[in-house]
Amino acid sequence: MIDILNILLTDSFWAASLRIATPLIFGVLGALICERSGTLNLGIEGIFVVGAMCGWMATWLGAGLWGGILVAFLCGAFFGLIHALLTVPLGLSQHVSGLGITLFATSISYFTYRTALPDVSSPPRIEPFQPLDIPILSDLPFIGLVLFQQTALTWLALIMVLLVWYVLNRTNLGLAIKAVGDNPNSVDAQGLSVYAIRMWAIVIGSALMALGGAFLTMSAFDAFFFGMVNGRGWVCIALVIFASWRPGKALIGALLFGAFDALQVRLQTEMGALVPGQVFLMAPYVLSIVALVIAARSADYPRALLTPWYKGQR
Amino acid sequence: MEASTVLKLNGLVKRFGSILANDDVTLHLQKGEVLALLGENGAGKTTLMNMLFGHYLPDSGNIEIRGVNGDLVPLELGNPSAALASGIGMVHQHFTLAENITAFDNITLGAESLFSLRRNQRKAEKKINNIMSNSGLEAPLDIPVGRLSVGERQRVEILKALYRDAHILVLDEPTAVLTPQEADALFSNLRRMTNHGLSVIFITHKMREVLSFSDRLVVLRQGKNVGSMETSNASEKKIARLMVGSETQKVSPKRITPGSPILSLNDISVAGRSKRDSLQNISLILKSHEILGIAGISGNGQNVLADLISGLASPYKGSILLKGVAIQNINPLNMIKLGFGRIPEDRHRQGIVGGLSVSENMVIERLDDPLIQNFGFLRSSVINDNAQTLSEKYDVRGPGIDQASRLLSGGNIQKLILARVFEQQPEIILANQPTRGLDMGAASDVQRHLIEARDRGGGVILISEDLDEILGLADRIVVMRDGNLNDVNSSSREAIGLMMAGESV
Repeated sequence: MIDILNILLTDSFWAASLRIATPLIFGVLGALICERSGTLNLGIEGIFVVGAMCGWMATWLGAGLWGGILVAFLCGAFFGLIHALLTVPLGLSQHVSGLGITLFATSISYFTYRTALPDVSSPPRIEPFQPLDIPILSDLPFIGLVLFQQTALTWLALIMVLLVWYVLNRTNLGLAIKAVGDNPNSVDAQGLSVYAIRMWAIVIGSALMALGGAFLTMSAFDAFFFGMVNGRGWVCIALVIFASWRPGKALIGALLFGAFDALQVRLQTEMGALVPGQVFLMAPYVLSIVALVIAARSADYPRALLTPWYKGQR
Repeated sequence: MEASTVLKLNGLVKRFGSILANDDVTLHLQKGEVLALLGENGAGKTTLMNMLFGHYLPDSGNIEIRGVNGDLVPLELGNPSAALASGIGMVHQHFTLAENITAFDNITLGAESLFSLRRNQRKAEKKINNIMSNSGLEAPLDIPVGRLSVGERQRVEILKALYRDAHILVLDEPTAVLTPQEADALFSNLRRMTNHGLSVIFITHKMREVLSFSDRLVVLRQGKNVGSMETSNASEKKIARLMVGSETQKVSPKRITPGSPILSLNDISVAGRSKRDSLQNISLILKSHEILGIAGISGNGQNVLADLISGLASPYKGSILLKGVAIQNINPLNMIKLGFGRIPEDRHRQGIVGGLSVSENMVIERLDDPLIQNFGFLRSSVINDNAQTLSEKYDVRGPGIDQASRLLSGGNIQKLILARVFEQQPEIILANQPTRGLDMGAASDVQRHLIEARDRGGGVILISEDLDEILGLADRIVVMRDGNLNDVNSSSREAIGLMMAGESV
């Protein structure tokens, strides 16, 4: 118990939590936008891989770090568009399409990587995003390390939380997204396009997911590895339910998962002799299942989630 | 007359595959007028209005609407935005409200650009308040629509249209979900608005509303406009003749004296989904030779009562006596064997197994009958013969007895259920909303069978939202409200309506 307390009091633990949470924040926000408009996007795991691969490769090819981010964003949007076309105007099964996107996007990323770099044993490294160095702020005790020595992408993620919250709750666009996920007919009857709103929501949501992937290769690490996404997309799908489709709670959920993960790494080093390491590796997932079970009981699903809507059919 | 015409539909035709839903329909609407659009189910009323609102594109014909300078201008077809912009507001039968956002947000949704960074709430609020005080339609604006009552939601739906400056309001079966008092209030509000220059088209099949609240009526039959008249010249008989094409016999049973009690519920409590929907210590006696009508707004425990009598729900307190003997095993199979016949509310989902054939559905409640099966093997020739006979006897029409039963129309599905239930000569019949959504022909078939069953000595429990149906058929009426049953002494609509709304009389 004392060990855990000691860990919780260190600034490096909180800095790590936020760092680990960053890709999840992007992913949860992306999934949240898709689902708020009524579409489940199980392509998220594959879109993470695409974002990780494309962002890193573009940077390696000389696009620069922010150029890489833009490429990742656009590639995510592209796979989102495929999902949107299949599930919105065509009304196909969102589960099947989403899983198909995941398989396709993952494989094409690995394929591209292998085609571009057939002979390397270890991937070429890029110069990743560096921790911010803001005068005064970065040198503050505790919060200096936790907040102001993160990379720019972590800050982008936090800004995105605010932005998504503002759009959903303070703008007409957000109103339309929420309404189309609850009862598409309400949007149609007001002369707005259900298809356009849903498709844009999926495209933008998927682009955000890809940024989560890009963080992995361009900030957390400096190269692309097979299997590096490692289920983070699926965690996001669960976190959306935990967050009850609200951006603020999504941030909390992502941070909670990040904290569990940061804690287990530290516990492994402290108590690794007593308990097998796998128990700690498993812990964040088990705890997120527990948190999900508790939160999901009162979850308020978007009523039109998973239900395709066809024009002129009422 | 031409000067004050606000809307003209000229020769509208709409086909769905081989079905001609609207056949050269022409009609016009005057300023400040309440026009009732009548017709049986499938007569094409809703299709016509969906073309007006741009949800469907007509195959031919055009629509003219009064423009800003008072002339009739053609309306762009198949485009809801164009219809909205020219001042047509539609209140659908199934509300088009998002329940997770407030009434205010529902009303203003789409009225401003989606990409403006901020919302101009104050101006909108002022406009809505103005409309509310002019029309008398009041609804709470700042709580999610999901928490509003049905009547309030409907008012929000109308406010939504008026907010978009509708000068023509189309209401699709507006009173289907309202108590008689709420319906009266709605119509008096509409009248107030037509005095301010609004024109109204309302779709209905309730004669009473047409006769008391409309100025003029138009009848559709099989997609055609078969007649229009001033309401002052109309009578129920005339309208019915237009709707059906021939005069129908209104079912009005002879009264007979009820016999001895056959079913009694003693102090029964059953848990429902909500408190309002649960049964609390209710008692009820059904006699032979009796139709007991249970009136009430849906969601007040009727379905739990229906589930109980069907054997789908078990009471945690109290007992059910069949001819004085307590029923031990309350489960569907046992109830069927004891002579209960069930006509469920949701005939598509609870009444039939849609994927099974018509003939299989006809025997599905007596699969252990040795006539039907031998050591678990179904005797298909018997089943098919049975279906053939019953289809003729009960006039079940469809693509064939070996076809999936979900392919039948609603009316024919109900006839299938009637055939299955009444062939077993049940002593107790539970009919839950048996004529909802049926056209006049099928509805009167259902009512005829209920009366026959009563005359034969059975007891019928008739649960219906249609007060006219209950007043016409039932020998005795009770009102269900908040999971309680209240005896009704008078047979006046007003008294029963007040009880349905929860006011003591």
